[in-house]
This record gives sequence, C-alpha cells and structure tokens, in this order.
Amino acid sequence: MTVKIYIPRDAAALALGAERVATAMAEEIAARGLDAVVVRNGSRGMHWLEPLVEVETAEGRIGYGPVKASDVASLLDAGLLSGGAHPLSLGKTEEIPFLKQQTRLTFARCGVIDPLSLDDYRAHGGLRGLEKAVAMQPAAIVAEVTESGLRGRGGAGFPTGIKWKTVLDAAGARKYIVCNADEGDSGTFADRMIMEGDPFVLIEGMAIAGVATGSTKGYVYTRSEYPHAIAVMTEAIEIARAAGVLGTSVLGSAHSFDMEVRTGAGAYVCGEETSLLNSLEGKRGIVRAKPPLPAHKGLFDCPTVINNVISLASVPTILDKGAAYYRDFGMGRSRGTIPIQIAGNVKHSGLYETAFGLTLGEIVDEIGGGTASGRPVKAVQVGGPLGAYFPRALFDTPFDYEAFAAKDGLIGHAGIVIFDDTADMLKQARFAMEFCAVESCGKCTPCRIGSTRGVEVADKIAAGIEPEKNRELLADLCNTMKFGSLCALGGFTPYPVMSAMTHFPEDFEPAPVREAAE
Amino acid sequence: MNIQLPRADVAERTLAIVGEFKGLEGPLLPILHDIQDEFGYVPEECLPVIARELNLSRAEVYGVVTFYHDFREHPAGRHVLKLCRAEACQSMGGDRLAERAKALLGIDFHETTPDGAVTLEPVYCLGLCSCSPSAMLDGEVRGRVDDAELEALVAEARR
Repeated sequence: MTVKIYIPRDAAALALGAERVATAMAEEIAARGLDAVVVRNGSRGMHWLEPLVEVETAEGRIGYGPVKASDVASLLDAGLLSGGAHPLSLGKTEEIPFLKQQTRLTFARCGVIDPLSLDDYRAHGGLRGLEKAVAMQPAAIVAEVTESGLRGRGGAGFPTGIKWKTVLDAAGARKYIVCNADEGDSGTFADRMIMEGDPFVLIEGMAIAGVATGSTKGYVYTRSEYPHAIAVMTEAIEIARAAGVLGTSVLGSAHSFDMEVRTGAGAYVCGEETSLLNSLEGKRGIVRAKPPLPAHKGLFDCPTVINNVISLASVPTILDKGAAYYRDFGMGRSRGTIPIQIAGNVKHSGLYETAFGLTLGEIVDEIGGGTASGRPVKAVQVGGPLGAYFPRALFDTPFDYEAFAAKDGLIGHAGIVIFDDTADMLKQARFAMEFCAVESCGKCTPCRIGSTRGVEVADKIAAGIEPEKNRELLADLCNTMKFGSLCALGGFTPYPVMSAMTHFPEDFEPAPVREAAE
Repeated sequence: MNIQLPRADVAERTLAIVGEFKGLEGPLLPILHDIQDEFGYVPEECLPVIARELNLSRAEVYGVVTFYHDFREHPAGRHVLKLCRAEACQSMGGDRLAERAKALLGIDFHETTPDGAVTLEPVYCLGLCSCSPSAMLDGEVRGRVDDAELEALVAEARR
C-alpha cells in the first residue's frame, strides 16, 4: 500500500523550509522507487518542531522534526516509511504532550488532513454540522449557537447567537455573512492556520450562518500579508462549489449560499468590523459610528453577520455535537475552547486549543516552557498590540474574558507574546502609541492626534524631561483615548501603555536614575 | 514589473482590468490590487479611468489608494524585502535585525537601493509570530531570521 508522508504547507512551516523538505522528499522517493506519496497538510501547531514530517503507519502517525532538506536521505535510510528510529523521531505525533493535552474541537482536523481534500474533510467528521443545519429551522440553528455560549473570538467576546438572531429578525431582501479574517494582531495566527489547514470548516461555518440567518452571500475578508491563506481558501471555495456544498442548493437543500475571498491592503484598522465593511465596499477603511449595528445596517446597508474566523469555524462542531457538548468546556461565562497562540520569545511556540480557564502562568511556563533565550520572563502581552502587558505577579489570572478584564487586560484574539528581561517597557509603550499613529484611520481625534502626542510624551519621559509630569500627562492622555475614541484602535491602545507604566514603573524612570539603579 | 509604459497603454490596460472586475460588489480594491500586480504600482494615469468607469470622483479613488499601505504611487525595486516590525518579532530581536538590514542595504524603510534592486518595507505582522523574527521576500516567507539568514536574503534580493 502507498505510504503517506505528511509535510505541512502552512506558512510557518514554509518559513522554516518545508517546501525544500517536500521537494527533497519527492525527489528521493522517485530516485529510490519507493511506494510513497507526499501529502501537504496544515500545521499541527507545534511550530518549534516545524517542518514536522509525519508518516502514516499501522500504529498511527509518527513524527519527525524539525526536519531540514539535508535530513531527508538519512530519514529514508533509517526506514522512515515504517516509522523507523532516527535522532529526529518524536514518536507518535498524537502522544507529544503539547498536542495530547489539548482539547481540539475547532482545530480537530488542522494538520491532520489534506486541506483541499473534501473527501478527507468528510471522512474526519466534516459537513455533519451543515447537514443537520439544512434540515433545521433557522431559529433552531440560532438557538443552538446561542445555547452553546459561543462568544466572538475576534476579541470583543460578543455572544455569536445573539448577533445571528438580530440578523435573522432583521428585515431585508439581501443579507450577508462577512468573515473577519483580517488577523492583524501580532502574536496571532489561528485564523491563518485554519484557512491554510482546514478551509472547509470555515466554509461550512459560514454556510451554516447563511442558512441560519437567511443570508445568501458570504465574504472572507483577509490580509494581503497572507498569500498562502488566500490561495488555499480560494481553491477550497471552488472545490466546495463544484461539490454542491456552496451554490444555489446547499447540500441539495432549498438554501442558497455562495462566498468569495476579498483581500485587504495592509491597513490594520480594517480588522475593526465597520472599517472592514467600508473596505469591502471599496472605500477607505474608515470606522463607522455605531449605531446602526452591522446586524441592522452592515455591508451595503444590508443586515450583516460579521464574525471572526474562529467563531465561524467553531460552529460546525456545535451543530454536529450539540450546544451542550461545546458549552460544557470552559469556565464562567467563557464557554467552549479557545485556540491560544503562544508566540514571541518562547521555547514551545505554537497553537494550543484548550478549554478556557488555564492560568497565564501555566500557559507561559508549563506549556510554553519559558523563554527561547533562556532568560527570565519579564512581560507577556496578551491580545495583540491593543492588549495589556502582564507581569509575573499576574500569572495567576485565568484565561477567561472576565478575569482578564478584571485585571485591566483583554484576551483579544488569544495571542500571547512573551518577552524576556531584556525588554524595555517604555519602548513597548511608545511602540503602542506609534503603531496607533501609523494605523489610525483618522476619523476621531483622540486616536488620530492622541497617538502622536503619546509618542512625543513617551520620548520626553525617555529623555528625562519632567518625567513625573509627563507620566501624569501620559496617563491623562490614555484616559482621553480610552473613553473618547470611536473604536478599539484608539480605545484600547491605552491598555499596553498603561499596563507597561503600572506594572513596570522602573522602566519609566528618567534615564540617569535607571542607569544608577543598574 | 516596473516597466514604464506609454500613457495610452496604461489607460487601455486599466480599462480592461476595470472591465474584468466591474461586475463585483465593491470592485475598487480588487481593481487596485490587479493594477498594482500589472504595473508594480498604481500609476496616476489609472485614476481618471477608474473614476469614470465606477462613477466615482477622482478624489475618492485617490483617497482609497493613499489610505492603504499596500498601494504604491511609485514603482518599487525589482525585489521587495519586508521585515516584520510587530511585537512578537521585537521580542526576538526584530529591531536589531531591522537596523542590520538597513545597514546592509544602505537604505531606510520605504526606500529603494540606488541600483533599483531592493525596496525595504516594514510590515506589521506576517502571522509568523511563532517563528520570529520573520521576513518576506517577494511573497516568500522566512522565519527565525538570524544574521546569516538576513545576509543570504539580502544577497538573494540584490541579484
């Protein structure tokens, strides 16, 4: 029987040389006349082991990594095709603790299947959710999603079912499903991994959303920085259309739903939902004032569901296994699972899907294994460039929407970036303001002007100019931005700034004092 | 990519591209992406054609072009090297790497080497935060870029 060798096509694996490994493997297989085939899968999310090569054996999949192209010959010499021993062998992939301890619901297939094989997708439980949905009343689908407790995984944490109900109840001849795949937060890559590793789950989730709300057209708005995701997603949509999953008769039902991919153009603010809608319409990505809510007047003024990739990709499991199954994971009002993205200066970087409730310390020290540099962890930024910096003193905070809010932070899109003790938190605070200034859409003054003033004030503090007065001014400015900005860009930039200043005051002392203290 | 075409050709090609996407809902961004793919930047001569065909004002089209970081008003070098400048890459020495790249190329961000070979651009996140610091050379991604890798990238781009 032909042996299957899996080599990821995920961008992170490609960035670490997976393409060269795949080419070398294909050449060696041909040269040796072996009965084996290379399958390009998504990533398992263990990025410190990428490129991770897996071989399917009778005992299960055996992993090897990180593999370089120059390792391929020796791997085959060692009997790769039967899972032979080799210094790079990791044993059974599923038994690697980082993977074994996870609860993979949304990412169940990511890294396992060929992302562009609909047969593979079906064989691993795909389309069951949509099959159930087309036989249900729209209100019943919405109720199921509401009961699951699913909240928006883009960061706002708004209950997905409530949003859907608003669109279902809204009058309108034409309604839209918009998937926010404008994943611009540093430290996040879950959306990218789903689009590259299991695009059909997003298609299925969007089709369910369409059936549930009476929407017939969907858009995936993603980033130009994600060329691999765009390519896979586009091809998957064509395959789904040809197979009747999309089109005028979704899975042979009376429901019509089709979708396409749209590419942004390098504006971070377009991850904000109203700015994204303007961008989709072909306008400048300027934030819209709410109300009206997009659920009432969204894309082209039509009722619009706008959800994050992970929210939509979580829906097929909820429909397939039931609201209670999903709801039983998690803590407090944070139900289900969350794909935590562990990034930056960390030993075990990657994606870790688990129920809500792990503490930040468990994630950083135990799962992440501490810093890659081997130095002590100084700070962890949770939730992207608009998220707070957490010191070790707050490592007991459980990963939960409310618990993070109570500590003046946010979980955002669940990316965490780890910094060692060489980080300068004043510099990080300045960067937050600088980033806001570069990316501000310009509509509201606190964001547009405040961010520029913030950079200047941070520079004055660094230069030792009236530091006490300027620290007060920075705090005052943050307050104005937080409460006076139209959207999360200006409104949340104070989180990294204030958390840096509050938790690491020593970095905000004037330069001569800091030097004397060292 | 950055071949200078006569004005008439630009207008003609623009018209063809607009025609291809005109039927889409919200066609402007797809049109601009395609124009940039075609010419390497968005030539000024395209704007009146797009405006006329989409029934927009020239100011509206120009406003969109200048809002988005991706769209260039001038041709880039033969290769574009993007370095990620966001937090995850900062935590792994991205700032130092950026300084090194500037020194190797002798240019700052948003500049092109005098021989027209390389344009250096900052990017705020390539989604490769688990293998920081990261870079992209003409659409090809690289992770865990160290000094040796950066030198190889620069040499590749200079060719």
